[in-house]
Parts: sequence; C-alpha cells; structure tokens
Amino acid sequence: MPERGAVPQVPTVGLRALRLARSFTSPLLPDDYLELINPLWTTRELRGRVERLERETADAVTVLIKPGWQWPGHRAGQYLRLGLEVDGVHHWRAYSLTSDPGRPDGCIAITPKLVESGKVSPFLCRRLRAGTIVRLGGVEGTFVLPDPAPDRLLFISAGSGITPVMSMLRSLAANSALTDVVHVHCSRTSDAVIFGTELRALAARHRGYLLRERHTGSEGRIGPDQLELLCPDWRAREAFLCGPPGLLRAMSARWRLDGDVGRLHVEHFQPDEHVGEGERGEGGTIRFCASGVEAASDGGQPILAAGERAGAALPFGCRMGICHSCVGRLRSGRVRDLRTGRVHGQRGELLRTCINAPEGAVEIDL
Amino acid sequence: MSTTLAADPAAQDAAAGSPLARLDPEQLEQLGREFEAVHDEVFADLGERDSRYIRSTIALHRRLVLAARALLLGSRKKPLWLAGTAALSVAKILENMEIGHNVMHGQWDWMNDPDINSQTWDWDTASPADAWRHSHNYEHHTFTNIRGKDRDLGYEIMRIDPHQRWHPVYLFQPLYNLLLMGFFEWGVALHDLNSDAILSGEKSKAAVMKELKAIGVKARRQIVKDYIAFPLLSRRAFKSTLAANFTANIIRNVWAHSIIFCGHFPDQTYTFSEEEVAGETRGGWYVRQLLGAANIDGGPLFHLLSGNLGFQIEHHLYPDMPSSRYAEIAPRVRDICRRYGLPYNVGPLHKQLGAVHRTILRLAFPGGKPRPKPGAYSPPAP
Repeated sequence: MPERGAVPQVPTVGLRALRLARSFTSPLLPDDYLELINPLWTTRELRGRVERLERETADAVTVLIKPGWQWPGHRAGQYLRLGLEVDGVHHWRAYSLTSDPGRPDGCIAITPKLVESGKVSPFLCRRLRAGTIVRLGGVEGTFVLPDPAPDRLLFISAGSGITPVMSMLRSLAANSALTDVVHVHCSRTSDAVIFGTELRALAARHRGYLLRERHTGSEGRIGPDQLELLCPDWRAREAFLCGPPGLLRAMSARWRLDGDVGRLHVEHFQPDEHVGEGERGEGGTIRFCASGVEAASDGGQPILAAGERAGAALPFGCRMGICHSCVGRLRSGRVRDLRTGRVHGQRGELLRTCINAPEGAVEIDL
Repeated sequence: MSTTLAADPAAQDAAAGSPLARLDPEQLEQLGREFEAVHDEVFADLGERDSRYIRSTIALHRRLVLAARALLLGSRKKPLWLAGTAALSVAKILENMEIGHNVMHGQWDWMNDPDINSQTWDWDTASPADAWRHSHNYEHHTFTNIRGKDRDLGYEIMRIDPHQRWHPVYLFQPLYNLLLMGFFEWGVALHDLNSDAILSGEKSKAAVMKELKAIGVKARRQIVKDYIAFPLLSRRAFKSTLAANFTANIIRNVWAHSIIFCGHFPDQTYTFSEEEVAGETRGGWYVRQLLGAANIDGGPLFHLLSGNLGFQIEHHLYPDMPSSRYAEIAPRVRDICRRYGLPYNVGPLHKQLGAVHRTILRLAFPGGKPRPKPGAYSPPAP
C-alpha cells in the first residue's frame, strides 16, 4: 500500500468535530471535502506548502516548506521523508533537514542536490515551484547532536553530506554553542560548496568555528592519513561524519584502529552492502509466507537481501531503512535491527526488511 | 438460419463456429502479443495528464455533492428539489462508475497515491469495497462469461443464456429484474456474499458472518447519511430531502444496472463452456474477453457517466488501464479485430438495452436458442 504522510498534531476539539461530520460524508471523510478548500487542512496526513526556493549552487537548491499543521519538531541532523508527485507518479525520498529546529517562522528546509539520473532531484532542482503541495512523512535518524552538545566537536563532510551538518551548525550557532568546532568539508571546487557563503560567514563571526575547506578538484581527496594534519586532536573530539561510502569506510576504519568508535557518528547516504554499525547476531532462517520461499541470513545480511538471493520477489525501496517501502508483517520470531543492534519483534509488527536480520527462525507475511 | 439448427445449444455453437475455435495457436499467440503491445505502450505513456484527469474528476464529484446537498436543504421548493436530486444522482453515478469502479480495479494504482488506490478506496454504494473487489475483479474478470464459473452471468438469479437449464422460478425473472434494477446496489452487496458457496459449504460460517457484518456496517452508514443525517439537517424539509435522496439512489441504481447489463448480456456476446477454455493461453484469454463483452456507442459525456464501460470490450481486455484511455485505444482494438476476423460488438444504448431485456423476457420461458452472432468486424464505410 502506498506510503502516507505523518499523522499531524491536530487539536482534539477539531478531531471530535470531524468525527461527528463523518455521518454526512461516509464513505468519504470530512477531510476529503476540506481538501477542496485547502489541501493542507486534511488531518489524515501532514502536508506542506513550498514557500520559497533558494538556489545554493549550480546543482543544489534549498526548498523551504511550511507544514500545514504545527511542525512536530526534529533534532538537528535528522532526515525527513518527503512525498511528491513527479509526472503523475507519487515518489517518496529522504532528505536531511537543513533548517535549524527552532526556526521562528515554523518553516522547515531541505537542500537536495541534483542527481542527473534520478527522478525526484531533477524535479526538485529544476521544475519545482513555490505553492506546490508536498507530503511530509516521519522524521528519523540517529545522526544527531547529543544533548547537551559536547564541548569539542569535529565535523567531516563531503559534497551533499554537508546537509545534516548544516542543521547542526545552525542549531549550535543559534544556541551560542559554536565554541570549539573543527569542520573539514570537501567539495570539488569552491563554488560547488553548498552553503559556502553561510559557512564562511559563520567562520568569520565565530572564533570557535574553524572551517577547513578542501577542494578536491585541485587538491585531491582526503584520507585518514591527513587526519592528524587537518585536526591533530581528533581523538579528543565527538566526531560526525557524512559523505560518500568510500570516505565513510576509510575514516571509520581509522577510528576503529586508534580512536574511540563510541565518539564517532556516521550518516550513510547511500545504501551500503552492510547496513549500519550495530552489533551482529547469529542470523537465522526466514520463511516468506506469501511466496513460500525459504532463505537464510548469516546475521549481517538483512531479510530483504537474503530473500532476494533465495529468489523471492520482494518489495524494496531505499535499502537503508528510510522509505518503508519494503515493510512486511512479522508472523513469528525475533529480528535484529542492523543499525542499532537492538533485538526486537512482536507478532504482527510491520518490519522494514532492508535493515532487520533474523535472530533465529522468523516467518514474514511477504 | 435458425431453422436448420438442432435444438441442442452445444451443437448450435459448433454450427455457428465460435471465432475462438477458428484461430490456430500461432495466430492466437501473435494476437496476444499485439494486445500486450497496446497495453505496454499506454502504460509507458501514463503521466501527469492522466493524474490531472482523475484528480479533477474526483474534485468534480465532491463539488457536485456539496452543491446537491446544499440545494436539498431547501428541498421543500420544487425547483430546488429537482435541481438537488439531479445533481445528487449525477454525483453518485460519477462516483460509482467513473471513479469507484475504476479506482477499485487498480487503474490508478500506478500513481502510487495513498488516497487514490484500490486498497484504500471505498465507494458510495451498499457493497463493502473488499467483498466487491473479490467477486468482481477476481471472479468476474478472470472467469468472464464461462458458464458455471462467472457468477455475474445472470447474477445467479436469472437465465440470460439459453445454455442455462430452465426452471419455473425464471418465469418471474422479468419481475425481479425490475426490482433488481431499482435496488441494484443491494443486489450487488448480496451477490458478493456468493450464496452458492455458502450453500455448498465452500465458504465457512465465520467468513460469511464477517462479510455480513461488513455489509451491515456499510449499510448502516449509507442509510444514516441519506435517510437520517441529511434529512435532519434539512429540518422542516425532512421528508422531501429523504425523498430526494431515495430518488437519487434509485436513479443511480437503474443507470448502473442498465450500463452493466449491456456489458455482457446483449445476445451477440458469446459464452463459453469450461471445456472450451481448458488450457487457455494468454491469446485465448484476450479473445474470450473480446467475444464476451459488448460496447455502447455514445459521446464523451455518456462515456464519463458510464465510467467508460461503454468501452466494455477495452475494459475487459485491460481492466487495469485507466478508463480515460479506452477511447484512445479503441481504434487499435477494432483494427486487430478486423485483421483477425473477430467481431467487435457495438451498438447504441437503446439497441443494446433492448437486446438485454428481450433476452430476459424470452428466456423466462423454456427453450430459446443462441441468437445469431455478428461476423468479423468491418469498419463502417467512410
């Protein structure tokens, strides 16, 4: 079944009135008629209106969205599932929220970067207009600043990996907590730095924010061996890492080698062979009840990947736990969330098959 | 031709030469590929134009409902009663035919929209969405016009095919057909229950109870809305609003009954025995769908209000294709019919409806023979 937006926070008085009005609208909902006046008024799901578009670079644009109902809030660094129609078809994508959670105008912002071969980002970067109505899904993600913010911080970002970091920087600046932050950011050229002007202004204004730009077009890529040079006290800092998989793998290896992995936070933007950094279990067998296919996982392989290898045709989406396209109902057994290592699972629960591995024998209604 | 035919309907079929038996396996396969190609081409082209069409049709329905209900608040005045009843009838027809039936077929599922989706849609009629989807989408569209398997063939209560054995109860069928016409939505709701399966024990008691409960819930909501809530809202016009809502439901029922009966029951359509379709190929399936359906001629407004079921043939070939595309592909379907020497059954509403009612009257009595079938489609002279 297609994905819907998040349930909005509506005053109970309003909900009661709508429930009463249902006798007049059944089998439709009063919301179906409210929508005729203003599509943001539906209480079935949270929607938003595109207020403004701000071009950041040649291939990145910031989309400011005003939610129809009060924004439930997010933590700096989290991402939002956004649903919108492109050429008649509804698509869902996840984008890091780039806005400071405490924005006074109640707006939220995402900053998509153009992926030429994609379906949604070319639309967002080229064809989206103010006034468009979008669906707002849940806010998710564990790539967030601890509360209270650590004293000493290190951000390493590359390309569009700046987006969750930007939200954190804005939030830190707004709370006067930009006191001891080193930020290494890689981008092809100086012009290609998303939020370049704002980052440089932040660096000029806050003595505690040290911005080290690295332009890979002329200076080459960075690797773990340059860490000492870029930030000699990296071991003493709470580190946040966001960028392409190669960079994440190389840097994470360095932290595992002689740093404190507990203080390293990583955001995966692209699906990786192995999902997440959580603890691994022993794995187990999976029975897909609808197709009758049986599969097995070694504990590192998610249910989706194991099923596909065994020949099951399964619904899939982002393969990183964001989009919920792959959900199936758990009939029996327990599973382990590969991102966090947490073992969970109750009969009848809807599971994301792309990020959960079996913990013993499981049966799933797919 | 009928004088030379034997009284046995099966022998008559052989003499008439079902076009299905005339095509060899190779031709059938080629024809199947041609029909698939039309489907694939349309699906590759679906986009914003189609999305806009269904969204604006849905918005039109909702505006019509609001206008109708507002007019009927003053239903004690004759002109308001008439205008309100007319608007409500059209709204209900539009919602059932062009929106509900087609959305629940999954014709708009490609949009991936959570609201306009076959799994979440419910329509303004007595039958609950789930039960209808099973009896219609699965049973009727899979076993179309197979005698003994397609329960929509005569709806289990009528003899509309001379192959069906006569029984004295059919003497009353012209009468109960009239009743069914007026209360079609309730007939459909009960039909979905599948009384045969219940009597044969095929369907468990628990399943029947569950479905009955669903019908009860749906019926209560429909009755509360049309016969209690809105009449009460009209205050002193309680009775006239109630009468208006009742009339609108009857008008919608008669219209739906007429359009749907014209889809398969005009006597030029073919029915099939289970032996005829044993081991059916994809191409054979297409031919059966083609032979078992009949189209109705009409203008764009007629097609909108009939949910594009005037293109019953195209609908049966491609039940998952957005209805707004049927008119566009009809010339290509006709061209395939011409080239393979297949009939393409089409006629104006009065002719198709006349044929349906003639059959219902004639077959109320014993006997009856399959009517002469039309030959291969040939395009009208320019």
